Amino acid sequence: MTVSKLKESHKLLAEYKYVPAKVDKGYTNKSLYVNLSGNKIKAKEVTAMMKEKFIGGRGFGLWYLWNAVTPQTKWNDPENEIIISPGPVAGITQYPGAGKSLVVTLSPNTQTVVDSNVGGYFGPLLKFSGWDALEVQGKAENDVVIFIDGSEGVVRVEEAPEEAVDSHLLAEQLTELYADCEEDKRNISVVSAGTAADNTMLGMLNFSFYDPRRKTVRLKQAGRGGIGTVLRDKKIKGIVVKFKGLKGNLNNPADFAKIVNTGVKLHKEINRLDDYQNRMRHNGTTFLAGIMNDYDLLPTCNFKFGSHPEGEKIAAPNWVKMFDAGKADGCWYGCTLACSKVVCGFELKTGPYKGQKVVVDGPEYETIAGVGSNCGIFDRDYILECNFYCDTYGIDTISFGTTTAFIMECYENGIINKEITGGLELNFGSKEAAMELLHQMARGEGFGKIAGLGIKRLKEIFVREYGADAGFLNDIGMEAKGLEYAEYVSKESLVQQAGFGLANKGPQHDEAWLIFMDMVNNQLPTFEDKAEALHYFPMFRTWLGLVGLCKLPWNDIVPESNKDTEEPAKIIEHVQNYVDLFNAVTGQNIDIDGMIRQSEGVYQFQRVFNLRMGFGTREYDKVPYRSMGPVTVEEYQSRQERYDGQLKELLGIDPEGKSTEEKIKLLRKYREEQYEKITDAVYERRGWTKNGVPKLETLQKFGMDFPELVELVKQHQ
Amino acid sequence: MIKVNGREFPWEEGLTVKKLLQKKNYTFPSIVVKINDRTIAEDEYADALIEDGDDVKVIHLITGG
Repeated sequence: MTVSKLKESHKLLAEYKYVPAKVDKGYTNKSLYVNLSGNKIKAKEVTAMMKEKFIGGRGFGLWYLWNAVTPQTKWNDPENEIIISPGPVAGITQYPGAGKSLVVTLSPNTQTVVDSNVGGYFGPLLKFSGWDALEVQGKAENDVVIFIDGSEGVVRVEEAPEEAVDSHLLAEQLTELYADCEEDKRNISVVSAGTAADNTMLGMLNFSFYDPRRKTVRLKQAGRGGIGTVLRDKKIKGIVVKFKGLKGNLNNPADFAKIVNTGVKLHKEINRLDDYQNRMRHNGTTFLAGIMNDYDLLPTCNFKFGSHPEGEKIAAPNWVKMFDAGKADGCWYGCTLACSKVVCGFELKTGPYKGQKVVVDGPEYETIAGVGSNCGIFDRDYILECNFYCDTYGIDTISFGTTTAFIMECYENGIINKEITGGLELNFGSKEAAMELLHQMARGEGFGKIAGLGIKRLKEIFVREYGADAGFLNDIGMEAKGLEYAEYVSKESLVQQAGFGLANKGPQHDEAWLIFMDMVNNQLPTFEDKAEALHYFPMFRTWLGLVGLCKLPWNDIVPESNKDTEEPAKIIEHVQNYVDLFNAVTGQNIDIDGMIRQSEGVYQFQRVFNLRMGFGTREYDKVPYRSMGPVTVEEYQSRQERYDGQLKELLGIDPEGKSTEEKIKLLRKYREEQYEKITDAVYERRGWTKNGVPKLETLQKFGMDFPELVELVKQHQ
Repeated sequence: MIKVNGREFPWEEGLTVKKLLQKKNYTFPSIVVKINDRTIAEDEYADALIEDGDDVKVIHLITGG
């Protein structure tokens, strides 16, 4: 169908005209509210309190969602919202990684609040269109597009019956439809999901940007927590923003020269050092695949192992050969780290687009490890095809990979069989079956429909319907709080086990990634050290999501002088850069302590939000034993020297003469006790009770003693 | 016996930093190596000898996946 036909099929449901607010020191001081149930559109004031206590980005999302829902609200109730907010620093073009948006909603996976960060142009263009945040509530009757035109000052809700649902088509169609000409396409960004988001709980959001050098729409993902499923439940096909006239100073910052100088310093550093460090400009995040395999951290066969003889096949050099290189690969203007790699002209072998040549954004490390090694698959073409289909179908590659790996282990253990899977032979390494499972998820058919429920619900089904051993499934089902694990083996790092387990939204590594500091460098010997790291790093990393910054330029490039600093792990020069940027944009005068303090307030608020939704206590911080240690004889014996050594050195137990099962039991008891101890230590450091609830004085300390929060935590003191 | 990041590791005659990194399979590109608190420059790895009983630190500068 032609673009003009698509346009003709649109039916205007609501229109709102406005004068776009100018950005002042990073904020427009307005947010846009759209309710699809009654087709209401209005502007809201962003208050001084919001800016002081919630900063922006994830903070604004949490605040708006808190006010939109009640403890009884479910993810698919009309009251649930999707909030997208870029943060005050987002949109500057002088410093790498400054175009992030944060998305917040009630998750179908965790049943509580979830946040996910994403690149692409949407957030900055939204802000320059006059909005610090977009808040979408309600449900449409039929598929709609929300169109925000920041140049014309108009917001429309339009019924959009004819466009595709899959993102690679839809984002192209909507970009074409709303652009005035080829040149105008770069002024447009589309948020969309896909057909698997219609039929699974694992839906994610694609955020687009137009790549003028390749003349194609590129996609970045807000992957975690099923936000794409929420988008489609609201019958939103796409959210489109359009803004013309992008310039480098549109944030109207307090000190533009400071931003320029800080940016120049990092650009030079990247230019000088990246080729000798992670080579992000060449490898993207694929560099991690080989490294993780070398250090026994690459999840293999549902996290049973951390390396594989075929791991080299999915290491960076093999991907670099496939990338369309030599063109700028930033997901926002000015990012010289340029890690958004792309494979062009990839011919699909399966599915509805079989035979077509497509652009594949990525693969990122998490995708390689999730859909690849963790499923026992080391075939690059499969990984690319799976990457493409996950993106266009709007399904999270991490949750798809970890869920499929779990299913494969269940299949190999006879918990499920071919009859149950409808003929799919889902052994580890079965790439054809895994691909078909993905297509079934998109079609909402067969075993794919069941698999798309995610691990938490699958465990319940396998126990109830097929008599599986609940204890075994809880040990090997790599989910916590209902969210599937991100792709790192945490068995040998207690700090990472807790980094995953104690994360507010579930086991995603964006809060804390401390495996090397703990396991390899051995820099965190005491529980006090561990708890301090599990306080500082999650708070610091949370802050990036409050202001609209990417974490990769923090630690994927390191200044020469860093090795001589007191705490090299913190990369303090880059942290100071961030403080300088924040101050230069907003005109405030915070220091690093102030930065952490900003985060702490929002972090405590999110913890209480979990409590409000019926979670947020110690029992919800439990993790599957597979994340702590070897569950099976096969796992133990594969690293027997290591585990026997630990029994001797740490427990003073001679492993000689003991069966593997006995040794597993002894090791398990020790490791589970360690996890409880680290939980206690972190709770104390974060100012929480033994049950993981923020103390009243903690809320008061961070200015989060709103009456509703106080009332809630009082019941749990 | 030497210590590598606080943990015991067998020493052998002629052990250099380069050999140690190979034995430990430490392939990450951004690391800082110290022998008894003396920083070893990368171009010295092949020649820098580790003596029995030395305290070696191999700090990987990676704190985020």
